[in-house]
Amino acid sequence: MQVSRIDDLKKVKEQYLPLVGSRLGHDGGSGLAQVMVCSGTACASSESRVLLQELAAQIAGRGLQERVRVLKTGCFGFCQQGPVVMVHPGGVFYCRVKKEDIEKLVGKHLAEGQVVEELLYHEPGSGRKAGKINEIHFFQAQRRIVLRNCGVINPEDINEYIARDGYLALGEILENRRSRQEVIDIVSRSGLRGRGGAGFPTGRKWELAATQENTPKYVLCNADEGDPGAFMDRSILEGDPHGVLEAMAVAGYCIGANQGYIYVRAEYPIAVERLQIALKQAKEMGLLGKSLFGSGFDFDVALRFGAGAFVCGEETALLQSVMGGRGEPRPRPPYPVQEGLWGKPTVINNVETFANIPVILREGWEWYSGQGTATSKGSKVFSLAGKINNTGLIEVPMGTTLRTIIFDIGGGIPGGQRFKAVQTGGPSGGCIPAEHLDRPIDYDSLREIGSMMGSGGMIVMDESDCMVDIARFYLEFTQDESCGRCTPCRVGTRRMLEIFQKITGGQAGMEDLDLLAELSRDVRDASLCGLGQTAPNPVLSTMRYFYDEYVAHVRDKVCPAGVCRDLLTYTVDKEKCVACGLCAKACAVGALTGEPKKPYQIDPEKCVRCAACLAKCPKEAIRRSSRVAAPVVE
Amino acid sequence: MPAGLDEKMRELVKTIDRYSAEPGQLIGILREAQDIFGYLPEKVQTCIAWRMSIPVSEVNGVVTFYSFFDTRPKGRRLLNVCMGTACYVKGAQAIFDAFKSHLGIDEGETTADGLFTLKSTRCIGACGLAPVVVDGTEVHGRFTAGGVSELLGQKRTGDHAAGGAGGRE
Repeated sequence: MQVSRIDDLKKVKEQYLPLVGSRLGHDGGSGLAQVMVCSGTACASSESRVLLQELAAQIAGRGLQERVRVLKTGCFGFCQQGPVVMVHPGGVFYCRVKKEDIEKLVGKHLAEGQVVEELLYHEPGSGRKAGKINEIHFFQAQRRIVLRNCGVINPEDINEYIARDGYLALGEILENRRSRQEVIDIVSRSGLRGRGGAGFPTGRKWELAATQENTPKYVLCNADEGDPGAFMDRSILEGDPHGVLEAMAVAGYCIGANQGYIYVRAEYPIAVERLQIALKQAKEMGLLGKSLFGSGFDFDVALRFGAGAFVCGEETALLQSVMGGRGEPRPRPPYPVQEGLWGKPTVINNVETFANIPVILREGWEWYSGQGTATSKGSKVFSLAGKINNTGLIEVPMGTTLRTIIFDIGGGIPGGQRFKAVQTGGPSGGCIPAEHLDRPIDYDSLREIGSMMGSGGMIVMDESDCMVDIARFYLEFTQDESCGRCTPCRVGTRRMLEIFQKITGGQAGMEDLDLLAELSRDVRDASLCGLGQTAPNPVLSTMRYFYDEYVAHVRDKVCPAGVCRDLLTYTVDKEKCVACGLCAKACAVGALTGEPKKPYQIDPEKCVRCAACLAKCPKEAIRRSSRVAAPVVE
Repeated sequence: MPAGLDEKMRELVKTIDRYSAEPGQLIGILREAQDIFGYLPEKVQTCIAWRMSIPVSEVNGVVTFYSFFDTRPKGRRLLNVCMGTACYVKGAQAIFDAFKSHLGIDEGETTADGLFTLKSTRCIGACGLAPVVVDGTEVHGRFTAGGVSELLGQKRTGDHAAGGAGGRE
């Protein structure tokens, strides 16, 4: 169907709302059951594809095709409990569903209408079974604005997006001939700031681009989510791709651009596929292309692929990459809104920023700016990973405390371990210790404590993580990703990494720590682009909060957390060893020897400390310990 | 073999021409070229440069800039150890080291028998399953260093059997 007026959207909505509404708890009495299978990357990796096939087979086997519909949906966010399957009406939430469980799910729930108790989620602690999704604390504690369609609609069907008032904001602007300035004002007043990390006001950026006289102009969506451990943008693209397309068209109208590009990571095959489907459907319906809503405004979107370079998150590097070249940054000004793609004015916004736009336009800037803190409005999506019980994707209002995110929604630290730090902002951010857990977080408060919002990745660390090693890990990453354009970043990060190798190898002196701190500040101040300027952040923040760990490595030659390999030894506990020989089989260098009925032994000269034996031993007889403090030669 | 190569070259030229109308599509062309050939040898890069009328140095500059592009052929099985932060704090380094010592190769290298290529990858976004190892397209979640010899053992015997039955060469 072609959409050329708002009335056309309404017709589609009328047709699809009963279906979508039943998933939101409004039972239309259609008698149709809907099975939503999470098909985000995490659930797809844990076999949700197999579940889809098995469901289809079982449903056909019982002749239920007429009454049951099986749908793919985007990420629910509760990745720890994946694969997730939801059944409507009723919103029954099944987790960790295996292929073998499908028979019961179909036979009991779909055929007889009885909930399969054993597949329900149990709240840890109380052990209470949560029958429905809105009874689960992980979801109750969140406020989903950007993610409101993820897990609700089928991202491969544009009609379901329209049933959720999709493309209505765009249609309303174009059909009612709203002025560009009027729309930009709404975005400005909402207080929306760029979700890519730096937090530049979005309305201001659009305004700057709109005033440029040079044409043609471009809209560019940055979907090159490079931070390791961050998957917000990917989940939005996988769960609600049309929201981004609609917002890009609005941006195009506001600044006077007719062409948009989405720069997406090649490492996200599912997101790419969903985007391709979304683009095709939007073009077929006339929601992208020529004269949208009969207004004479043309807008089209094309995909460009990132090829694995972290520096391309830097906007000037990203521009080079979209044009097919080496992704090397250049000095600013001129800013991309002045000279971007092919030297023309270009607005670059991140996926999550765009995903906020349709909601702001529909609900109004007053509503949006009523949420969040004084300087950061709205909500923020975070990905929780690392040493945390509820790994996954969450959305909370700006200004929520870290304690709420980690201990309440995130469910705390597994295995009875103690919280040590949370890393925000990826390789450009910093590590935040327990003393700041009660700080409400927004762009500015995170910067004050030496970290940054970044795109929203949060990695939680416990007592078994070595902060020196974490800083080294991030530095190794940025060093590897440094494009080589400017000397402070290219050479500076290399020298910093060498100091880290000395520290973790037990060969550094106290003077090296001073040198590291000095060099960090130099690289931060003198680098050309954001990559180099923020690369020292993990180092500076860990030195600020965990200096004692640095001292332990340097002065005492001990890694308190037991991570830095050169400072560790592996031994066999003779009491526990049952001489099964599994460790020797797992050892690739032949460091383990033994004979039946006698405890095995590790040759420290041969041992490469890979820990394969430790992982394999069924009796926990392999011990890892910090090396005995060696006498320090002064 | 030469016939197969010609076929691939023809496909490459077709791909380049398909993209020629749009500006700035070098990365797109290289992606497809890598799909066709499995990697991007000098010959392919030269062909692209010639057909697009740009210097080979420009093509090579782009190929070597991005980690997605390979200039060496890969083994039959591509093992990717996720080195995203979530996987790292859950022990990905130990897994990676175990693969290295078991296979006797370093990152980015291929075993002499052409069976395995070992790589580390940036976050694949399956952090809920950390640590993660990707074997071809198959994702193994909650992996441990202890599982390395098992995974390789299976694959080796499996592959040898398949190779033998197929009567290659």
